[in-house]
Amino acid sequence: MEPLTPQRLKELEEVAARVRARILLAVHHAGAGHVGGPLSCTDMLVALYFHILNVDPNRPDWEDRDRFILSKGHSTIALYTVLAERGYFPLEELFTFDAIDSRMQGHPDMTKTPGIDMSSGSLGQGLSPGLGMALGARLLGKSFRTYVILGDGESQEGQIWEAAFVAARYQLDNLTAILDYNGLQQYGWRNAPGEHMFPPIENPAQKWQAFGWRVIETDGHDMAQFTAAVEEAQTTRGKPTLIIAHTVKGKGVSFMEDQYDWHARVPTQQELVAALTELGQSDLLAVSQGGD
Amino acid sequence: MTTTKAQRVAFGETLVELIDQDPRILVLDGDLANSTRADIVANARPERFFEMGIAEQNMAGVAAGLATLGFIPFISTFAAFSAKRDLDQIRVVIAQPGLHVIITGAYSGILTGKTGKTHQSVEDITIFRAMPNMTVVAPADDVEVRKAMHALVYDLNGPAYLRLTRDPYKTIFDDSYHFRIGKGVVLADGEDVALIGTGEQTVRCLEAADLLAAEGIRAYVLHLPTIKPLDEEAIIYAARRTGRVVTAEDHTILGGLGGAVAETLGEHYPTPMKRVGWRDVYGESADNNALLEKYGLTPRHIAEAAKALLK
Repeated sequence: MEPLTPQRLKELEEVAARVRARILLAVHHAGAGHVGGPLSCTDMLVALYFHILNVDPNRPDWEDRDRFILSKGHSTIALYTVLAERGYFPLEELFTFDAIDSRMQGHPDMTKTPGIDMSSGSLGQGLSPGLGMALGARLLGKSFRTYVILGDGESQEGQIWEAAFVAARYQLDNLTAILDYNGLQQYGWRNAPGEHMFPPIENPAQKWQAFGWRVIETDGHDMAQFTAAVEEAQTTRGKPTLIIAHTVKGKGVSFMEDQYDWHARVPTQQELVAALTELGQSDLLAVSQGGD
Repeated sequence: MTTTKAQRVAFGETLVELIDQDPRILVLDGDLANSTRADIVANARPERFFEMGIAEQNMAGVAAGLATLGFIPFISTFAAFSAKRDLDQIRVVIAQPGLHVIITGAYSGILTGKTGKTHQSVEDITIFRAMPNMTVVAPADDVEVRKAMHALVYDLNGPAYLRLTRDPYKTIFDDSYHFRIGKGVVLADGEDVALIGTGEQTVRCLEAADLLAAEGIRAYVLHLPTIKPLDEEAIIYAARRTGRVVTAEDHTILGGLGGAVAETLGEHYPTPMKRVGWRDVYGESADNNALLEKYGLTPRHIAEAAKALLK
């Protein structure tokens, strides 16, 4: 990949702010959807689609493209928004999110949306198809790489660990998993008040290393650091890599950050204005009204 | 009818045949290859055989990922597990996207080699039938296994469930047989009663027809190797021709072949029926004949159901 210059980094940060604003606009317009998780993985998606992945928005089915799977499918509005910003489909289409006959389904659907490489939504399932793609690339002698973003909550699913075991067994160094480690799932988080509520996976580095993976820790909101982590994964040989991306759920909007009730809540008009103002994107409010 | 090779052996051999002619074919195993006979591939073409360990959920997902690259993976495990241990994975990453993955269920039904209820699949047809996009096939013998596998690779571009048996029984087809997905096969003509079978129970329908013939009852025998899509036309014709229908399957009578035929006739041509199969129970471990007898799956049981309709 190209070096990430300070100028380029600044551009990507501007894209990320715009993406955050458009996520909130789309969810507000749809009157449904998730907010916290999408904002948590926004910076990584922007870094991936605008800098890291070898993809071509004009050829979403290009057979040599890098593959990407959003295993935490409920954050799909972030992926749609990044794909739209990247030119896979018109930005206006984001306002059809969750509407009847829309290509913007509530969870990723590879049969409907250009640029979606695998359907997801039922949690814990994304790493296995990524493993299949990485294995298939090796069989075909192709050099494309496969990336999977995992949620920390969905890491409670046993299938993730089945895939972790088998991917290491096949030494798939063309497979990179990225853990969106924001520490907050739908009904459990660190320091939650109830004893019955438990937070997402603890000590992921130890666990994934024990399964035979290379583990790299990074700040999931620092695109330079995240990109460097991916570069390190690309040069790792003989084993798959897990990047533990430390993130903040609801990142970028102060009143949404690390707040469990923003897991899936629709912002009011007033909250929308406040959020877009904080993101420096209040000019997009006009788009919202036009889109209605 | 002659003695035959087991369906599972035909499965392993046909995989090698397909692999040799088609670079898209891969086999994923859930640590049962020496039972399912996917080991025939592991030994003959190891580069196309992938051991996924005892982890069916991951295996289904891996197959989906491979299918997006144009491979046609066969997932191989026991029917009892392939329909249940990875059901949601099959739903979300195989059936919903309509990917061309062939899910094979070895050791289907009650004859699983003295392993008992955990390893007997009583409801796999019902489950997969209910799943949009899924094709469901249960061959009667080894010849049909081979023909069906070719058809599922070359005449289909979507997910399929292939239901196979463990032990050799009888071969009823010869190599001239042409398998067509979604088409029934008339194996005997008669106007007194129709016996409709799927899987190996079709062979027992033919044996039941012989028992009935000895008593002067002429049975029409229809084999439905494809339970979905269902050959409704063939079912309605059989009902019109005879006015009485018996279904036979090594599977629960709820929602499987019997259920599918009853749905079709209830809607299009109401006809008196009997369903021969497991009667909403789980099985147990025992030898084959004892199981067939206790759970009501022998040719005699099929013939008795026919006679009850003729009273």
